[in-house]
Amino acid sequence: MELLAFGKTGWGDELFIATLMTLAVSITAMLIGFLFALIFTPLKLSKNKFLNLIANCYTTVIRGVPELLVIYLFFFGGSGAVMFVASIFGYNDYIEINAFITGSCAIGIISGAYSTEVFRGAIQSIDKGQFEASKVLGLKKPIHFFKVIMPQMLRLALPNLSNVWQITLKDTSLISVTGLVEIMRQSYIAAGSTRDPLFFYSFAAVLYLLLTFLSMKLINRLEIKYSKGY
Amino acid sequence: MDFDLMISSFPKLLNATLITLKLLSVSLVVGLNLGILFSIMRINKNPIINKFAYGYSYFFRGTPLLVQIFIIYFGLGQLEFIRSSFLWIFLKEPYWCAIIAFSLNTGAYTSEILRSAFETIKPGLIEAGKSLGIQSKIIFFKIQIPIAIRQSLPAYGNEIILMLKGTSLASTVTLMDLTGVAKYIISTTFKPIEVFIVAGGIYLFLTFLIHNLIKLLEKKYSF
Repeated sequence: MELLAFGKTGWGDELFIATLMTLAVSITAMLIGFLFALIFTPLKLSKNKFLNLIANCYTTVIRGVPELLVIYLFFFGGSGAVMFVASIFGYNDYIEINAFITGSCAIGIISGAYSTEVFRGAIQSIDKGQFEASKVLGLKKPIHFFKVIMPQMLRLALPNLSNVWQITLKDTSLISVTGLVEIMRQSYIAAGSTRDPLFFYSFAAVLYLLLTFLSMKLINRLEIKYSKGY
Repeated sequence: MDFDLMISSFPKLLNATLITLKLLSVSLVVGLNLGILFSIMRINKNPIINKFAYGYSYFFRGTPLLVQIFIIYFGLGQLEFIRSSFLWIFLKEPYWCAIIAFSLNTGAYTSEILRSAFETIKPGLIEAGKSLGIQSKIIFFKIQIPIAIRQSLPAYGNEIILMLKGTSLASTVTLMDLTGVAKYIISTTFKPIEVFIVAGGIYLFLTFLIHNLIKLLEKKYSF
């Protein structure tokens, strides 16, 4: 137990901060994913074949390629890409991107592909009459989307979104390969310096279980809130 | 774009694909058996057996695969009684550690898939079997299992694809699978995009094959 003490003697405070880091990366990645879903879901549902193809390429490629490979692409290619863009604007120095940003972008793009599929499925399973009714009532497009479609979509999407959240949370463990100090990386460091890998990796597993358990509780409450009236 | 690198790295990556496929097939076979075993335990009425199977699937589905591999590869070697037992022959090899972790992981997901398939079988079918005087063992093997397999095929197809992606984590325990070799080439040439296209293309091709194979099986077993 003294291995987990707070302060200089133990790893408690380091692991606590690492847990917060895992949460921060997961939430940022999830939000980036929503941003991607916001762009790609309309493309997926659009009648234009070309736009459709773009969105399908995005979701198929990301869901068919291992997360680790995507992370390596971002890790090794990220600063190169930014430097290339910067050089267009006449800035030629070396730029290093923060591991937090690379990591959350990589996981965000992955989680975005899953979110896109979830939102597409949710919108498609909304009753057709709802679209027609709001058209008949002459609602403007933004009101139609935000007041009619969105609330219904959220209710249908929530159970699947909670799956996406779980996947995203677990995927953040892979960012440890880039050196960002989250749960996995911190356990790796602690295991290395105390020579007690079994304890620290098991403790990491417990932390992940705790995170998934608590987030499930929270999501269940949200689900109850959004299914009022059904 | 460095096309020469893409062409020259292709055979190396293809070679590494063999290891990926080996890892995938062995862990799927072991995992499927574990999955069947644990799904039967899940529908058992004894609360201890039932809870044990639930705990197993909860643990392996609630923690990242990376943690599981690290516990098995780095963690178990720390215990003296494991080092001195015959298990050490397997546990000192990263290859077997990866296979054990993958099998246990896919076993947990498979048991959930099969359990929900067992639960969706209409009770009428089992009752019909009973009223025909068929032994409950035969009902289980000839009625419940075939229907459950058919029901769970689409979900199991997804699980195979997830597992294919999961095998990429073998590269974290020094195995040179497709992702491991891709990372090696990236870090020596610093051309991430080209290597990503080739390695990602191979993964996509495998995903495509699995997807179509499952579709074919679904058609074959549809009723």
